[in-house]
Amino acid sequence: MVSEQEKPVAGMGPVQDRPTPGRARLAWKAFAQDRAALVSLIFLLIVAGLAVFAPVVSPHDPYEAVNSMRNAPPGSDGFLLGTDSNGRDMLTRLIYGGRISLVVGFAPTFLAMAISLVLGLSAGYFGGWVDQAIMRTLDVLFAFPLVLLAIAIAGVLNPGVSTEIIAIMVVLVPYISRIVRTSTISVTAQPYIEAARAGGAGQWAILTRYVLPNMISPVIVYSTTLVGLMIVVGSGLSFLGLGVQQPAADWGAMVSEGRVVLRKAPHVTVFPGLLIVAVSLAFNYIGDGLRDALDPKSIRR
Amino acid sequence: MPEPILQVEDLRTQFISRRGVIKAVDGLSFSVEAGKTLCIVGESGSGKTVSSLSIMRLIDPPGRIVGGRILYRGSDLLALDAEAMEKIRGDRIGMVFQDPMTSLNPAFRVGDQIAEGMLIHQDITPAESRIRTLDLLSRVGIPNPEARFDDYPHQFSGGMRQRALIASAIACRPEILIADEPTTALDVTIQAQILKLLKEVQYDLNSAMILVTHDLGVVAAMADYVMVMYAGRMVEYADVETIFARPRHPYTRGLLRSLIRLEDTREDELAPIPGAPPDLSRLPHGCSFAPRCPSAIGACTESYPKLHGNVDGHRVACHLEAEMGAPVARAGR
Repeated sequence: MVSEQEKPVAGMGPVQDRPTPGRARLAWKAFAQDRAALVSLIFLLIVAGLAVFAPVVSPHDPYEAVNSMRNAPPGSDGFLLGTDSNGRDMLTRLIYGGRISLVVGFAPTFLAMAISLVLGLSAGYFGGWVDQAIMRTLDVLFAFPLVLLAIAIAGVLNPGVSTEIIAIMVVLVPYISRIVRTSTISVTAQPYIEAARAGGAGQWAILTRYVLPNMISPVIVYSTTLVGLMIVVGSGLSFLGLGVQQPAADWGAMVSEGRVVLRKAPHVTVFPGLLIVAVSLAFNYIGDGLRDALDPKSIRR
Repeated sequence: MPEPILQVEDLRTQFISRRGVIKAVDGLSFSVEAGKTLCIVGESGSGKTVSSLSIMRLIDPPGRIVGGRILYRGSDLLALDAEAMEKIRGDRIGMVFQDPMTSLNPAFRVGDQIAEGMLIHQDITPAESRIRTLDLLSRVGIPNPEARFDDYPHQFSGGMRQRALIASAIACRPEILIADEPTTALDVTIQAQILKLLKEVQYDLNSAMILVTHDLGVVAAMADYVMVMYAGRMVEYADVETIFARPRHPYTRGLLRSLIRLEDTREDELAPIPGAPPDLSRLPHGCSFAPRCPSAIGACTESYPKLHGNVDGHRVACHLEAEMGAPVARAGR
């Protein structure tokens, strides 16, 4: 029975007529309440900002070596964070290194996510032989340890930043694709998918409007935490000499260079190491924050 | 007799499983007319839901419709290509699902979801679809539709979500409305409201309704005709008065006897049907109901009984009908 008071009364609208804010805004509100995630985001934005404007904000030239100032400790005259074993300004090199490290962490993860969405969605949604063909192929890649496979791929190609990006991207695809596939399968089993089909929605509409928006959150969260890890992996490749080449250096390469003078000048190793840890942690916290923020149930009235 | 809008002939839907072929629907024939309601009743696993999904052609592998015809205004839905079928779904046939809590897309605003069907099937602008969605929301009894249009499904209660789903099902004014246990997931007071709403919208559209339920109370309130299913087949079909007053199949009579009645006293015991529904991959030889049937005779375990019909359209699949040439004696109660 539709009771009288439940029926809408014409004209009594305006006050309640404010629309619910958009999904993105609600998610941002939830995200901003997570202190650790918010601080991490601000920290990353500062690091990224410094990296982008490196030529403007750096006190020195990253390749300018001052012979008289080798391994100068932090706080030395004109060198806030000291110099490395070639007498180059640490602060400047850290800022320039951030350009490479952030790109190496972010670009392959983002590219891998795009590829994985296509592969994982197809596998999970269509199932059957499509699923078998895609996932078994990825299993072959999956069988190799992550870093080992990255080293193998990077070893085949010419060393450099683009090699690093390609190697890490290839390594990540099986990991992210699995998450995409699992998430897709669980969403595809939801009654609203069947309801959408019963409403006459076509395959493409169901994939893009029903499956994708409902399965993407865990993928975004997972990929975000991977960015931090991939900065570490990228640093590892550089450490082995397979990534960025001298005299340019990302943080991993700087750790590698500092190793030689670890006892005499530990700051050369410690600063880039700390940055790697801090940035990876920040991405993890942001991932946690996103997980809560993207949960539709966290969108409250 | 008016021309039926939907005519199902010898529908057979099977699922391939490791344990063999499961005949979920096996040789089902029935029809529905405009403005009339057919209730499909039966236990879990009797093929009610598979029947309604088959009409929509929403059976996914390992399931398959292996035979029969589903005639909508004379043309066979089973012969249509996928694209043509998409045009029918949600436009000419609307469907209301069992679980309103999970049948709406959590990522989109309720209003947009209702409008989507009209945008898919009809040549209208988003602005027009919004106006019509607001109409629909108020038609299904959602207060303050202007504000509710922009809400997300989780901001709706169960009853309101079912109202929204009904709005979505009727948005394109379908000629056939299929409701699969639309009130099972709702509490009793909301159930009554939703059933009344379904009846109202059916009356407005003069559409044929197929209502799947296991609740005989719902049947009494809603049905014009009743089809009783057991193990994938129709065992009895009649108009609603006949089913309740003169049930002829032992299974139907068992179902009715297992109901609580107002005149029952504390001492009266319910009479459940003994046993459990059969394993559809290992149906007994002969009548599927025979192992549980109180009146089973020799013939029942030998062959499956044919449907016997009489002039008033009452059809029964039972050997006792043939043996006696007359309705089996009414079980006393």
